[in-house]
Amino acid sequence: MVRVELPFHLRKLADVESEVNVDVAGVVTQRAIIDALEARYPMLRGTIRDYATDRRRPYLRFFACEEDRSFDGPDIPLPDAVASGAQPFMIVGALSGG
Amino acid sequence: MSGVRVLVGTRKGAFVMTSDGKREKWDVNGPFFGGWQFYHLKGSPIDPNRIYASQSSDWFGQTMQRSNDGGKTWETVGNKFLYDGVPGTHQWYDGTPHPWEFKRVWHLEPSLSDPDTVYAGVEDAAIFKSTDGGQNWTELSGLREHSTGSAWMPGAGGMCLHTILIDPKNQSRLFVAISSAGAFRSDDGGKTWKAITKGLYSKYLPNPTAEVGHCVHRIAFHPSKPDTLFMQKHWDVMRSDNAGDEWTKISGNLATDFGFAIDVHAHEPETVFIVPIKSDSEHYPLDGKLQVFRSRTGGTEWEPLTKGLPQKDCYVNVLREAMDVDSLDTCGVYFGTTGGQVYCSADSGDSWKAIVHDLPPVVSVEVQTV
Repeated sequence: MVRVELPFHLRKLADVESEVNVDVAGVVTQRAIIDALEARYPMLRGTIRDYATDRRRPYLRFFACEEDRSFDGPDIPLPDAVASGAQPFMIVGALSGG
Repeated sequence: MSGVRVLVGTRKGAFVMTSDGKREKWDVNGPFFGGWQFYHLKGSPIDPNRIYASQSSDWFGQTMQRSNDGGKTWETVGNKFLYDGVPGTHQWYDGTPHPWEFKRVWHLEPSLSDPDTVYAGVEDAAIFKSTDGGQNWTELSGLREHSTGSAWMPGAGGMCLHTILIDPKNQSRLFVAISSAGAFRSDDGGKTWKAITKGLYSKYLPNPTAEVGHCVHRIAFHPSKPDTLFMQKHWDVMRSDNAGDEWTKISGNLATDFGFAIDVHAHEPETVFIVPIKSDSEHYPLDGKLQVFRSRTGGTEWEPLTKGLPQKDCYVNVLREAMDVDSLDTCGVYFGTTGGQVYCSADSGDSWKAIVHDLPPVVSVEVQTV
């Protein structure tokens, strides 16, 4: 079971409170986590990755174990702490001031 | 029909406002999906409780919402807008080829005969269709593949397809308008398209009468006279009486004919409403006076409508999607501003009253007579 932390607007869209848990079969990677997330919460499809390019949306970042994983390849295995659920995989929206 | 429901899209959420036929007291519900941009909401004319909404975000891209109960509750529907095949290129600002890239849905046009069928106008300019209530979308690629498509170039507002009109007398006939590309008509349900720009003159183009490149801001018609089209262009208010084959200028006595919104009275096909804006460099009303202009003669002769509207220190804009009419006996006219006001006139424009004053910037206003 992998823990995923979503930004506010995606939590609202998925109607979840805080972290969500998803089951990931096989190697735990960014792609595998987001695939599992979208399968469980179809309303999130297309909001994290662009449909046409399959790339991370530019105003979102991926963090795990206090490291920015945004520029890792989508199929690179994530740390064991994420795979085991000890640490969350964090999807974070860019800050916006005004 | 005894009341109205006003669907308002803003930069920070959607709102649903209802009133009885007097249109004096309003219930305002929302924001729905606070913090998200709503470029457009529109209800099905067959099933008014079926409402489609375009929800988007710079962070999370495009999502789509659908309501089956008049906007009380919403469900997320399909947001997969993929161009048909390899989409090719249009012109970029520097004149170089640039790949077509989907950005957002600007306009939703539900079918006149089937509540599950809806068209979507998107940026980069293309038209999509869903026949399953918005779950799946298919591009009508004949438009993007028009012989001029590779020459289309975005303006500062993006290359958006913002107007879709369905001819009620022949639903295979569609009209669309695209910012800085122009206007097009299909007579075969969207398979093939013809540029309908003859008579448009845009001095900012190398060839001011070119087939494409005109920055059309909005087109409107009266359902009983779908061959008569009214257009607010970047500059110029225009009219066609042959389904867009030829256009003539009807700016007449307007002090400025720049603007975005245009609409037609529900019961008088020759009564047209616009909100002139000072200029393309100063997107606010002339002299700080918010004025709707009405022509009862199908253009050329325009009268200012000011009663109830601010006549000093007003520097808002009224965007292209932010005006609509109801079809009650005394036609109501509505518009929203970038200052967050939504105004209603229950007497065809003679007098105005704000329904709300302080919403986020208003992008779209659609009215249902229910």
